[in-house]
Amino acid sequence: MSRRDILGVVALLAGACVLPFVVSEYRTFQFTLVLVYAIALLGLNILTGYNGQISLGHGAFYAIGAYCAAILMDKYGVPYWATIPVAGAVCLVAGFLFGLPALRLEGLYLALATFALGVSLPQLLKYHHLEAWTGGVQGITITKPDAPAFITELGLALDQDQWLYFFTLAVAVVMFVLARNLLRGRIGRAMVAIRDNHIAAEAMGVDNAMVKSLTFGISAMYTGVAGALSAIAIQFVAPDSFNIFLSITFLVGIVIGGLASISGALYGALFIQFIPNVADEISKAAPWAIFGLFLIGFVYVMPAGVAGAIRMAMARLQRKRQNP
Amino acid sequence: MLRVQNVGVRFGGIVALDDVSFEVPSGSIVGLIGPNGAGKTTLFNCLSRLYECGSGDILFDGESLLRIPRHRVAAVGIGRTFQNLALFRSMTVLDNIMVGRHCRTGTGFFMNFLRPPAVAHEEQATAEKARALISLMQLDAVAGMRVSDLPFGTQKRVELARALASEPKLLLLDEPASGLNHEEVGALGLLIRDIRVRLKLTVLLVEHHMSLVMSISDRVVALNFGRKIAEGTPAEVQQHPELIQAYLGGAA
Repeated sequence: MSRRDILGVVALLAGACVLPFVVSEYRTFQFTLVLVYAIALLGLNILTGYNGQISLGHGAFYAIGAYCAAILMDKYGVPYWATIPVAGAVCLVAGFLFGLPALRLEGLYLALATFALGVSLPQLLKYHHLEAWTGGVQGITITKPDAPAFITELGLALDQDQWLYFFTLAVAVVMFVLARNLLRGRIGRAMVAIRDNHIAAEAMGVDNAMVKSLTFGISAMYTGVAGALSAIAIQFVAPDSFNIFLSITFLVGIVIGGLASISGALYGALFIQFIPNVADEISKAAPWAIFGLFLIGFVYVMPAGVAGAIRMAMARLQRKRQNP
Repeated sequence: MLRVQNVGVRFGGIVALDDVSFEVPSGSIVGLIGPNGAGKTTLFNCLSRLYECGSGDILFDGESLLRIPRHRVAAVGIGRTFQNLALFRSMTVLDNIMVGRHCRTGTGFFMNFLRPPAVAHEEQATAEKARALISLMQLDAVAGMRVSDLPFGTQKRVELARALASEPKLLLLDEPASGLNHEEVGALGLLIRDIRVRLKLTVLLVEHHMSLVMSISDRVVALNFGRKIAEGTPAEVQQHPELIQAYLGGAA
């Protein structure tokens, strides 16, 4: 990491810490969701951006994570924070198992298989034999956690939304650091190598099948953790909040944010959280048409995503500074 | 070191290789020649396990290659380059070569997530080895550039460096001279001979560039229509009537 990158990250974190004290409760909640989406998008980007496996069904893993958290809290009285690693582990296994047969599928065929997963899961959640756990169509309502005692003892008065924001921020920071570790090392290179040229990757000793299915698992784990956090933040899970549109939205997020870029997950999350609101304010009658215009505009102006555009601007700036 | 025994490959009704046998002695450079479609690349792809041999066996250091999976070929000591370049296009020169060391490094997903000092140390050692190869191949000036932005000849050197990064005992070169200009071919010949000695390599190369093959090979194997038609020193093979016929046509 260059010094400029470190300064950037520190400034970003400082800004993120101040944010809930200067904006309204509702905005704080919205930014909590931005962080949640950022984790989910990071997961999808590891799979699609870095490893080249397209998923149109990541909403399913988001749903599994959310239901894990909700069921554990509602039926078994597990504390909210303890549901996060469980949701991650469940999705890791689910993603790995789904990744095994997916090894035989490439490109658009894999996209179709994952689409099938995304389409079918919400209906499986309504299945009446599972109703005892899932609550069927009604879903599950959970209570929002209070800030723990130690925060008050430290002399900080955080309301529920602020506490949840900081909790989510902490999880997001950990998940981003871990992802960065993974992606810049031996395994990250192997993932990109498979995407760029799978035959050459294997000739270099990369066990394609293993790396691809584990990448699927890791990706699902990230999205599952995000799903669990979203359930806690929204205090409610129901099958219809995880429809196929959610999966497509994730894909929109990683492309707009920047494929194969870690920071892109954050930009993409801001886009999918706020642009629909902006579109809604511009036109109540046809918000999705406005959203579509935004989408086309972004893709046209920034073909490599927001992260790509920033990278290019930085490079241009640096060149200008070197030979003015 | 490498022994190809009665290898046969069929694609449907087409016989790509028919009962081909030859040996690559340790420390030698063996050239594999033949007209287009003779089965040279098919044989290479059998060696790196991309194709299954229908019959016969391939022994490397006395052990059958046919029993190991594709991604283990590099680890047993066989490195290769590809006919039409198979680089990781979006990656930098350095990263490409570092992937070449994948089979010589061992940290997995879990360790890479946490990146304890041991992983950071392994990364550093990998980068150092890669940088040594970058210097050897005179790629220092472009080490941080994306390979897709580089000229063809430079990309070929990157691919060679990547293959060498796995510390192979046997190096398979699939048409290393294709697309290179006259001077570059001359330099390539010197380079191959140089690295053979310096890195204690055995080399098997497929090549159409006859003057290159004949000048650097210790032995030459000629294929035509999937069969071996000649084998021997470059001087012997050049005189072989069947080879002359294969290249120049019937009336020779």
